[in-house]
Amino acid sequence: MSFIEYGDTIKDGDTAIVFLGHESMFPVKVQHGTVTQTKYGVIRHSTDLIGKKYGSKVTCSKGGWVFILHPTPELWTMNLPHRTQILYSTDISIITMMLELKPGSIVCESGTGSGSLSHALIRTVAPTGHLYTVEFHQQRAEKAREEFREHGVDHLVTVTNQDVCKNGFGVSNLADAVFLDIPSPWEAIGHAKSALKAEGGRICSFSPCIEQVQRTCLAMEEYGFTEINTLEILLRVYNVRTISLQIPDLGKAAEDNSGTGFDSSNSSNQGSPGANLQQGTVQFKSGVPLREMVGHTGYLTFATKS
Amino acid sequence: EGSKGSRIHEGDCAVLKRGEVFKAVPVLRRRKIIFEKQWFYLDNAIGHIYGTTFEVTNGGNLQPKQEVEETTTETKEAGTDNRNIVDDGKSQKLTHDDIKALKDKGIKGQEIVQQLIENSTTFRDKTEFAQDKYIKKKKKKYEAVITIVKPSTRILSTMYYAREPGKINHLRYDTLAQMLTLGNIHAGNKMIVMETCAGLVLGAVMERMGGYGSIIQMYPGGGPVRAATSCFGFPKPYFDNLHEFPLSKVHSLLSGTFSTETLPSDPEDNALVEEDSNGLTEEKQISLQETEEEPTSEAPMEINQAEEQETMDINAEDVEFKENKEKENKENVREKQMKQWERRKKLTEAAALLREKNADGLIVASKFHPTPLLLSLLEFVAPSRPFVVYCQYKEPLLECYTKLRERGGVINLKLSETWLRNYQVLPDRSHPKLTMSGGGGYLLSGITVVLDKGKSDSSNLEALKMEEPSPKRCKVQDLNC
Repeated sequence: MSFIEYGDTIKDGDTAIVFLGHESMFPVKVQHGTVTQTKYGVIRHSTDLIGKKYGSKVTCSKGGWVFILHPTPELWTMNLPHRTQILYSTDISIITMMLELKPGSIVCESGTGSGSLSHALIRTVAPTGHLYTVEFHQQRAEKAREEFREHGVDHLVTVTNQDVCKNGFGVSNLADAVFLDIPSPWEAIGHAKSALKAEGGRICSFSPCIEQVQRTCLAMEEYGFTEINTLEILLRVYNVRTISLQIPDLGKAAEDNSGTGFDSSNSSNQGSPGANLQQGTVQFKSGVPLREMVGHTGYLTFATKS
Repeated sequence: EGSKGSRIHEGDCAVLKRGEVFKAVPVLRRRKIIFEKQWFYLDNAIGHIYGTTFEVTNGGNLQPKQEVEETTTETKEAGTDNRNIVDDGKSQKLTHDDIKALKDKGIKGQEIVQQLIENSTTFRDKTEFAQDKYIKKKKKKYEAVITIVKPSTRILSTMYYAREPGKINHLRYDTLAQMLTLGNIHAGNKMIVMETCAGLVLGAVMERMGGYGSIIQMYPGGGPVRAATSCFGFPKPYFDNLHEFPLSKVHSLLSGTFSTETLPSDPEDNALVEEDSNGLTEEKQISLQETEEEPTSEAPMEINQAEEQETMDINAEDVEFKENKEKENKENVREKQMKQWERRKKLTEAAALLREKNADGLIVASKFHPTPLLLSLLEFVAPSRPFVVYCQYKEPLLECYTKLRERGGVINLKLSETWLRNYQVLPDRSHPKLTMSGGGGYLLSGITVVLDKGKSDSSNLEALKMEEPSPKRCKVQDLNC
């Protein structure tokens, strides 16, 4: 396995994802001789995992079962240990497309943070591209290096421990794209420009506050970037549910048994497959939005180096 | 690609950009292009770097735009608000004819804008912001600059959504972006793609795979539509591992009864192919006309000349003519047979790839109801792999979700859509833009797992486990499906 290449069977040293049920999963480092506790019982790596096919169902000691999944950057994003606030796949998706990233791309990123975006970028630029990621926090930089190594992608990424606003990305006239997720991105625009290739490089800055965005856009303009564009993207999830609504009793119009306009015995839902389960209800399928949704992550500003 | 931008070559597919408007055009000499009410030739653009901005000269030629020094903002006269500004349509003293005369004289757009400002009675009463807005508006209209950009998923998906959304089932570009990431599209994958989006989705997948791995494109009717795919300008090797397979053969493949004996658009008389190619042109003519919705980038199939010949009057006395025609007929038949043999070979290869049932992912984005597509095509996907289905409408995906639950072998099902908003960011004038897309389609995504066949109980149990627990207090009767 690897985050950049699919494998069929679980091997010693892999990072696998244990899936327990709806939105309940966690990563596990597969190792001979170790066990993993779950609410369904114990998973013994040597017998239950190693050699099994990814996607298999594994029965745990208490009788309950789980699925073992091949890791992907998206699953990693949902399960990684947070050292900082992270970017989720919704933002990551649009960033990847708007920066025109693909195999072979050279991309610069700061700050590395918890490595959520980093893993996605590495996956996209593999096998011939490279990620130069800059993190000013020493322990986070080291942890990131460790994780990339564990995940078999360290040959595709260079982690530098420095302040991007002072010292840049460590490359010049090379990158196809630059990504900034730092408190003062306007201070790094100059460095971003020099890291980018001569023509056509793309830049993206992610900021939670509009004031940061304003300053960044001004700086981009000053440095001659074009096609400056700010957007935000939000994910709306729907739960698929079969809903039953009761028909209200509006009483009888007269003494006889003539029904109301909405007779429950001939469902007035034209063409609806949802027939009445019982007298007095109508059933239908619905995509029900969640009670709460993420209302804001950050503004994304894109531009082109001209 | 080096650190220098790539250059515009003849034969490229390039995208013209003016403001937010895009148009894809082939770069050909002496080919008149009409774009944004201007017409011109692209000849002068050839050799320049992509991203260069041009002006259209009076002769209809392109000229790189000179970098002009922005006039330093001297404190110009401006008002404080619009309480006294009356919009009677009479504040501009230049008439349509005056402006036309200026244009005809060859006056540059910049100068026209300056003239308009000077001849506007209300300009100096406007606020600075209003002046700014006015200048921007006039510049947009009169300073006709065109940028030639290199096609990419970003550019083409934005262009198609703005210009021809019907061709791509109203798939908005951010929704496409989600599909590519959710589907973990990357180099080395073996992907199954089923789309009726003019080949845009296929192109996007190919871009993210960088020529590595393989793609099997499933297609309805006679052949896949790849109009948008050719716009990307992929190098030829990318197409070496692009296969196609007809949907109409999926059931036979799954049931094990597939054979290459009858191709989708073949007429029934395959007998000719089996026979020796000794010019049996008197036999029924085979017209291997592909039924496509749009021409693909491949050369069109040649018309059977022998067919034409039959309707021609052949001078019986012109023996030599007749002999030559017979030779041509033989060649045509041979060519046709070669092509048909090629097609069979490719079809067999594609079938073999599918039969392995180990694809790394499935992408569906079509005008068809997604459920039958998903239920059949998922059979070809390995376990623990993502799949993403796009639909313009939500309801078919509700049904799809339900059927997938019944089938089992899938987890982490999610029905979603993305909400996208663009912003205007200017000092003291930042706000969301005034118009936005009302909807960009819906996605159903999930991950495959090893399918427990024939155990409907356990799959129900799985379904219950996979579902959210029912909310504790509900005013409405709510049954898990």
